[in-house]
Amino acid sequence: MTKNKKVSLATISLAGCFGCHMSFLDMDMKVVDLVDLVDLHTSPFNDLKDFTQKVDVGLIEGGVCNDENVERLRSFRKNCKILISLGECAIMGGLPALRNNIPLKDCLEEAYVNTPTTDTQKGIIPHHEDIPKILDKVYPCHEVVKIDYFLPGCPPSADAIWQILTDLIHGKEPQLNYGQIKYD
Amino acid sequence: MKKKVNITIDGKSISATPDDNIVEVAKANGVYIPTLCFYPDMGKCLGTCRVCTVKWKRHHVAACTLKVEEGMELTVQSDELKDLRKALVELLFVEGNHFCPGCEKSGDCKLQALGYELQMTVPRFHYRFNNRIIEYNSKKILFEHNRCILCKRCTHKFKDSKGRRVFFFKGKGCHLEVEMVTELVDQLNEEQVDHLVELCPVGALLKKGKGFDRPYGERKYDKTPVGQTTETHPKPSTKKHKGLL
Repeated sequence: MTKNKKVSLATISLAGCFGCHMSFLDMDMKVVDLVDLVDLHTSPFNDLKDFTQKVDVGLIEGGVCNDENVERLRSFRKNCKILISLGECAIMGGLPALRNNIPLKDCLEEAYVNTPTTDTQKGIIPHHEDIPKILDKVYPCHEVVKIDYFLPGCPPSADAIWQILTDLIHGKEPQLNYGQIKYD
Repeated sequence: MKKKVNITIDGKSISATPDDNIVEVAKANGVYIPTLCFYPDMGKCLGTCRVCTVKWKRHHVAACTLKVEEGMELTVQSDELKDLRKALVELLFVEGNHFCPGCEKSGDCKLQALGYELQMTVPRFHYRFNNRIIEYNSKKILFEHNRCILCKRCTHKFKDSKGRRVFFFKGKGCHLEVEMVTELVDQLNEEQVDHLVELCPVGALLKKGKGFDRPYGERKYDKTPVGQTTETHPKPSTKKHKGLL
């Protein structure tokens, strides 16, 4: 990336909890500095859903748990020059991946049919063409598309996000210090 | 007293006593070799995790299993070895189900600390998501098989007051797992349970009734890399069983 040029940034939360996005906002006053460095495109921050142009950096929060996630992630790969997996869920599936050892049928029945509050007569598993289809497992993002950089953490600290973004903006290979790489 | 001999580590000449453990000799001379299943004064080492791999006579050898010999020439720090150790740690991460955000040992876990130290951001291998169980049967210990790295510390280095082993290996190959003898674990005293939990380098053996006890930032490896900490495991006082008095 060239110096002194604003970098375009897109973010998305797939099978995540938005915790990584909250951590991004924890940058506090550095967010003001970041405004001078980046242009925000498709992101939950500005509620823009579709790409209007190709962007430089894409931040992916969350793993891939349904067909819509696959589609959105592929769209990000297509439209972003650099993709960064942000947080444990994007890197290894995270807590949603706790279901990976349980057959999908059992998972859905436990959630929609066998819960104590479900009327067993009416308990049905939701299905409609507008509802995304759940995948058999929660997949790490890099098993679906190529990911260029990884920032672990649950969530990664605002400092670490700032570090990786500014390093990329200034054309440096991201360097994380001890304490910036965290798995929890 | 044995006569000292000369060995070379990364080109540095070191005088050491024959039959001393290489990891300890290296540490005493300011050379750090990362370890996982090893701890100081452990007696016969386990050699299971291979994280301490060094190069000797063109072979990769676990340093904890090596004894000082006259004229040894070892390579500890090379790009190849660093990458190999990182790969070994990555393998351990993908082989089990290590969900660090929900683990009680997070911050005090040696495997996690090695990941930090080796700058592991993502394993190069596919996550296996093996189907493992969680054992709740014991009154004193919760056994989380998802996090077990089969290091043999509990099976080979822990004994109860009567000198009996309370953990065993079961199965072979990819079916290998640690089996806990619940009846014996339930007879352990508080001190022995604490020792056992401390002995487990990961969050596989947890003390029941104890959860997250320290905030983020105050845990063992939050600010200090594992290479700068010392792991000691003083054995609990072995009070004789009443039946033997």
